[in-house]
Amino acid sequence: MTEPVLATHGITKRFGAVTASEEVSLDLRPGEIHALIGPNGAGKSTLIKQICGNLRPDAGTVTFLSADVTAEDTVARARRGLGRTFQISALAMEDTVLQNAVLGAAGASRRAFSLWRPALTDRSLRAAAEEALERVGLSDYAATRTAELSHGQRRQLEVAVALTLKPRAFVMDEPMAGLGTEGSQTLTAFLDTLRHEAPILLVEHDMDAVFALADRISVLVYGRVIATGDREAIRTDPAVREAYLGEEA
Amino acid sequence: MTLLLFLEQVLNGLQFGVMLFLMAAGLTLVFGVMGLINLAHGSLYMIGAFAAAATAAATGSFLLGLAAALAAAAAAGAIVEVAVIRRLYPRDHLDQVLATFALILIFSEGTRWIFGSFPLFLDTPPWLSGPVTLPGGIQYPLYRLALIGVGLAVAAGLFLLIARTRLGIQIRAGESDREMIAALGIDISRLYTLVFALGAALAGLAGALVGAIQSVQVGMGEPVLILAFVVIVIGGIGSIKGALVGAILVGLTDTLGGVLLPLLFGVFLDPSAAMSIGSALASMSIYILMAAVLVVKPQGLFG
Amino acid sequence: MRRETLLNAAIALGLLAVPLWAWSAGEPFTITLATRAAILALAGVGLNLALGLGGLVSLGHAAFFGVGGYAMGILAHHAQTFAPLDLGLFTVAGTKSMPVIWLTAMVFSALAALAIGALSLRTSGVYFIMITLAFGQMFYYFAISWPAYGGEDGLSIWVRNGFPGLNTLDPIQFFAICYVLLMAALVLSAVIARSPFGLALNAARQVPQRVETVGIPVYRVRLVAFVISGTITGLAGALFADLNRFVSPSMFSWQLSGELIVFIILGGTARLFGPVAGACLFVALEHWLGGLSDYWHIYLGALLLGVVLFARGGLIGTLAGREVAHD
Repeated sequence: MTEPVLATHGITKRFGAVTASEEVSLDLRPGEIHALIGPNGAGKSTLIKQICGNLRPDAGTVTFLSADVTAEDTVARARRGLGRTFQISALAMEDTVLQNAVLGAAGASRRAFSLWRPALTDRSLRAAAEEALERVGLSDYAATRTAELSHGQRRQLEVAVALTLKPRAFVMDEPMAGLGTEGSQTLTAFLDTLRHEAPILLVEHDMDAVFALADRISVLVYGRVIATGDREAIRTDPAVREAYLGEEA
Repeated sequence: MTLLLFLEQVLNGLQFGVMLFLMAAGLTLVFGVMGLINLAHGSLYMIGAFAAAATAAATGSFLLGLAAALAAAAAAGAIVEVAVIRRLYPRDHLDQVLATFALILIFSEGTRWIFGSFPLFLDTPPWLSGPVTLPGGIQYPLYRLALIGVGLAVAAGLFLLIARTRLGIQIRAGESDREMIAALGIDISRLYTLVFALGAALAGLAGALVGAIQSVQVGMGEPVLILAFVVIVIGGIGSIKGALVGAILVGLTDTLGGVLLPLLFGVFLDPSAAMSIGSALASMSIYILMAAVLVVKPQGLFG
Repeated sequence: MRRETLLNAAIALGLLAVPLWAWSAGEPFTITLATRAAILALAGVGLNLALGLGGLVSLGHAAFFGVGGYAMGILAHHAQTFAPLDLGLFTVAGTKSMPVIWLTAMVFSALAALAIGALSLRTSGVYFIMITLAFGQMFYYFAISWPAYGGEDGLSIWVRNGFPGLNTLDPIQFFAICYVLLMAALVLSAVIARSPFGLALNAARQVPQRVETVGIPVYRVRLVAFVISGTITGLAGALFADLNRFVSPSMFSWQLSGELIVFIILGGTARLFGPVAGACLFVALEHWLGGLSDYWHIYLGALLLGVVLFARGGLIGTLAGREVAHD
């Protein structure tokens, strides 16, 4: 078996009496899309925060590219090549689309402390940013203020900023949220090609997208992974049907 | 230094601390419930002191002066809340800082206009003057002892108010969940005015009480305001308990630092150098305390 | 050309034209007013880097202004008393040379900003405001209780410090020095705003979590900005002390910190020339209203309240339109 790119090993997180993550072990292998699904309040966001470095687990470890990154913060994990998109678009709304993408490129090339040369006319930063915008289909909007983008375009820009990092793995928190049918289909097609560049840990509510894309699916309920398997296995898993789909087994 | 002198300084620190608590409690309540940073809180302190001094001078009654201080500061607080502060709740902190800074300018210059630039004096009433002898033989001014008593009584009252009364329930609800209090059918804008006026009254009371041991003058509120901020940073924002602990820590550190540091440096320096270095460092001691808390617990001791 | 660019040019030329006119008309007091405006504007330009671009509402920038002022006061004091400054291990002679004084002022205000920033940037929001205010007050009380340099009374410097090749006693020449430094700081601000660093600082104000997820440490970005900001304000402090030939603890006062923010807001937040417009307006109001009434701060307060509540773009925003809307 190939070495996983990103993995959690028995991570546990408690908030007072509430156990948000309990002994969660997940892995993301090269070339795959691994979907993480679960009802609201299952602890998906808490898990993502531990994977991306916003929260420290109480127990267990996180490994990324064979390194133990449990003690590292968000910045260090991003520098290792962890590309993340947010559930609610986290973009500089006053800035233009291009500026948002250039920010990602500046971070990726460790140029954020360069004080002199203008960011937008720097050839390498601009090229990296424009390439990312092109790939998500936002080239025509480079000079638009981000606040003026539609909801769907903001979702695309989220992905573009992550792309500028040239990540070794993606963590995407509900990228389809709020997209119409057409938007979801476009993004689904895009993610389908993206998995060959870097594997994607996909948290998603849109079941059509999940079942269209995922190589494997993990189901999180009350902070625990109750099942991991391919689409068929999950579709037919009695525990999943009962706990998640709310059906009698 | 003798033990008696030390105990006297501890009492001084305690007295300073409980007065700071009266200031910090209002600030932290207003922040906790409404999310507002109010630089003009020091002006309400000043208004309390001036109202007390003017009323006491006119009537000869210290208690009437105190009542006037409470009434004037609460009224000023309520008026300002309705006229200006209310518009600032949805704004960012920068706007709140600027608007309340503008209020300081207006209040300070307005007071100077009415009362002039010379300080007023508020005398301690005869029945609270003179020293008392405490167990252990400490001679301590009765008035300062009364300040400690009043401060602690107000603190206890405030804890009871928040823990036991309807208003307290609403305040706690407002701190944890603003939408909930609307859902409970509470008139939010009335609650906010009430909380703001309550904080103002506490500041006014502190101003009047301290006014009798210091001079009453324009600009007296802001140094106390800044110390109250230090108290809040140390105690943790929005926490009444944090405000009490922080205030007493700051009061003791400031008072004892001023006495002990010069003595400490006197051990290995000549007296005049020890005095100057010691007092210069003592002036920084509470800020060093604040820095230490920031390093260990950036959200404050009870934040 | 954008209206704001034209307006900026008009402000820059206006600040140059007024003292030139006063010079030809023989009105040195007006030159001094313009110099005061230029220096306060420089202090505001420093603060604007942290506040406008970085969203760091520092209510303690008077600390850096004062450190700059005392750097000038202490060096010049030792030069005029011919007593070297005894630092224990070695002694340093005082100096009356502006470039040396400026460098010293900038180094020490940078160090002060590094220390204050490193502590206060561990927090954010209201905490940051309260902590910077408190640290500013710490410098104020320290200056009052430290007797070696005048304590509460401050230090007087008998003759203005010198600059090679210029006669700094001539008001218009001293104005020229301050004006050039102000323009240099504005150019520096404009360059920084466009650099990758400026982009990151500005984005960190809007969405810090995004900046971290592209591998940029927000704390360090803000700390660097805070240090540059404090350094510029410190330079302004040294010039201010030279203008008055006097330093006192009042340079550390919290009112001054508040007024620096007022410049930025009166002029227009997040505008390059905001602090310049604001400082000029402030000095003009101080002069005219101060002449009309002893209580001119009431009018200033009312004006400020009006701007905050009803005209959030400030002067430049009102005149140039809302291209840099702030929310």
